Amino acid sequence: MKVLYFAWLRSKIGVPSETVDLPADVTDVAGLIEWLKSRSPRHAEALANSKVVKVAVNQEHVPYDHPLSASDEVALFPPVTGG
Amino acid sequence: MTIRVQAEDFDVGAEYAAMTRGRRSIGGVTMFVGLVRDIAGGEAVSAMTLEHYPGMTEKQLAAIEAEARGRWPLDDVLIIHRYGRLEPGDQIVLVMTASAHRDAAFESCRFLIDWLKTKAPFWKLEATPEGERWVEAKESDDEAASRWDR
Repeated sequence: MKVLYFAWLRSKIGVPSETVDLPADVTDVAGLIEWLKSRSPRHAEALANSKVVKVAVNQEHVPYDHPLSASDEVALFPPVTGG
Repeated sequence: MTIRVQAEDFDVGAEYAAMTRGRRSIGGVTMFVGLVRDIAGGEAVSAMTLEHYPGMTEKQLAAIEAEARGRWPLDDVLIIHRYGRLEPGDQIVLVMTASAHRDAAFESCRFLIDWLKTKAPFWKLEATPEGERWVEAKESDDEAASRWDR
């Protein structure tokens, strides 16, 4: 699965994207975020406050209970501030 | 109906002329131009860098524009949003709506910029004397967007 990071999530984690093998017991967005936190202290720090982490799956905003499959493109980012 | 996400600047006059030329059904055009300010939160801002999510940005802007066209009778809609490094005084975003009726033009323009601010994947990084900082989303932006809930 491809996971993309934007804005300060990208700066904190240190990479714009990574390809991960999703463990079988991770089935939704909330599970993915919990699992990502275990990957490194940088991940844990960046994702510590999930209230400020927004998620898009295949480029659509989704809630944390959205189901995931291995072919999804998942993006994690802070609330948007364009315009 | 046009959506452009680009690094380059835009010419408001040329865009207005292109939208209205030969179009006799248009009764009014409303436009919003967002600019980079030289101060934010009491601190001097020397530059702003806009990051976006290529692919999702265009998709979200198209969805927001389709929503506006479903809500108001619009002859035309233009959204241009820039990314990359900008300086105070630079133009960031242009939203332009044309309709036979002024209320539709005014309301849809405000709707588009309100929704764009809370749904389109853009992030602003400000350069200040204290260093660089990511602009935080404001509650007032969510409130502005929620007035269009239904």
